[in-house]
Amino acid sequence: MESVKNLLIILISSSLVSNVVLSQFLGLCPFLGVSKKMNTAAGMGSAIIFVITLSSAITGVIYKFLLVRFHMEYLQTIVFILVIAALVQFVEMFLKRYMKSLYQALGVYLPLITTNCAVLGVALTNVQKEYGILAGIVNGFATALGFMIAIVILAGLREKMAYNEVPEAFKGMPHVLLTAGLMAIAFCGFSGLL
Amino acid sequence: MRENSAMERLYNGLVKENPTFVLMLGMCPTLAVTTSAVNGVGMGLTTLVVLALSNLIISLLRSVIPDKVRIPAFIVIIASFVTAVQLLLEAYLPFLNEALGVYIPLIVVNCIILGRAEAYAYSHGPVSSLFDGIGMGLGFTVALTCIGAVRELLGAGKLFGFSVMPDSFTPIGIFVLAPGAFFVLAMLCALQNLVKIRGEKKGKDMSKIGSGCGHDCLHCTETGCAERIEDKDEDSGELIDLDEEDN
Repeated sequence: MESVKNLLIILISSSLVSNVVLSQFLGLCPFLGVSKKMNTAAGMGSAIIFVITLSSAITGVIYKFLLVRFHMEYLQTIVFILVIAALVQFVEMFLKRYMKSLYQALGVYLPLITTNCAVLGVALTNVQKEYGILAGIVNGFATALGFMIAIVILAGLREKMAYNEVPEAFKGMPHVLLTAGLMAIAFCGFSGLL
Repeated sequence: MRENSAMERLYNGLVKENPTFVLMLGMCPTLAVTTSAVNGVGMGLTTLVVLALSNLIISLLRSVIPDKVRIPAFIVIIASFVTAVQLLLEAYLPFLNEALGVYIPLIVVNCIILGRAEAYAYSHGPVSSLFDGIGMGLGFTVALTCIGAVRELLGAGKLFGFSVMPDSFTPIGIFVLAPGAFFVLAMLCALQNLVKIRGEKKGKDMSKIGSGCGHDCLHCTETGCAERIEDKDEDSGELIDLDEEDN
């Protein structure tokens, strides 16, 4: 029971309390770049959930059974980034060949997240916090879920804000960043949860 | 100044194409580590070392690296230097390593570094590439230090750890927290927009300003951006257009 409780705590803390974009600033590029419309944002979010969950499982296994076993922990950064890049390419080819419908939903977003810092960030955090493989997968899923929550909310706000009158210098990015800042204040409220 | 000379490259990185203030690249570390001026300096200098060395090595190896696998090759070179720098920091500057945490290994995916490798080092000689890396790194360091100083001053009333504000000043704590980073960057972007709008009115070429991230990834003009490179590597060679997907 204790471990289930731990996993739940990881789930809540990674998705809400220390949200990946709003408090850790990882994955800002897609957060700001692909959040103009609700449905593209949701697509990007689900592609990120898919990739991060898969990559934290695979990097967890590789770290435990390869790097730790042969005492090569210092190679983690190089190994992780190569594994992630290869994994995204492989997932894309696999989906294209065998799961056409899923590929049509997620395919366009996959090449965009190869070098997303959130993916590598999760793999490294899993190692840093000494999570086991299962806890790592839960952490990966929760982090990506937090990203999806944040990007969908931002996209919803941006759709509404598109018609607002804004001073010329604040049009575009500054406006979006201020909104993200206000969202970050709201997410600070979750810190009382744990 | 002569093109591609050492001085020209330094000036280019510091002022003309400053990665943070002009190109808006590498925003993740910019926001995350600038809670104080010292952290800004540390992150900037760490990036400078990695950038200069990876530029030098990539430039030296540019005739050996096949065109098709250049991105993975760049990533391996960059990741090796990041690992080396991280181990050095762990050994000699443990407090900085502690403060910057996971953002040190994440230098690997900083788009400035991959961007410079692709846009400059892969097509220029080793000396000018080295100075290009140093110039860009210095520009990044100056920018991070400025942002860090502003946030530290407003959020804690200190500068480089020393109290500088009078006692009557109440620190605005939010500026050292996550939302403050977004607000400071928003002001910076607005300022940049203002400069751009004024410049365009006078008929100057302002296309370089803010051409980096923070805009739509899919229509971004920054050819050095890692995500865009991955796109171009597809066999079709076309960029995917999300808007068309929607319709």
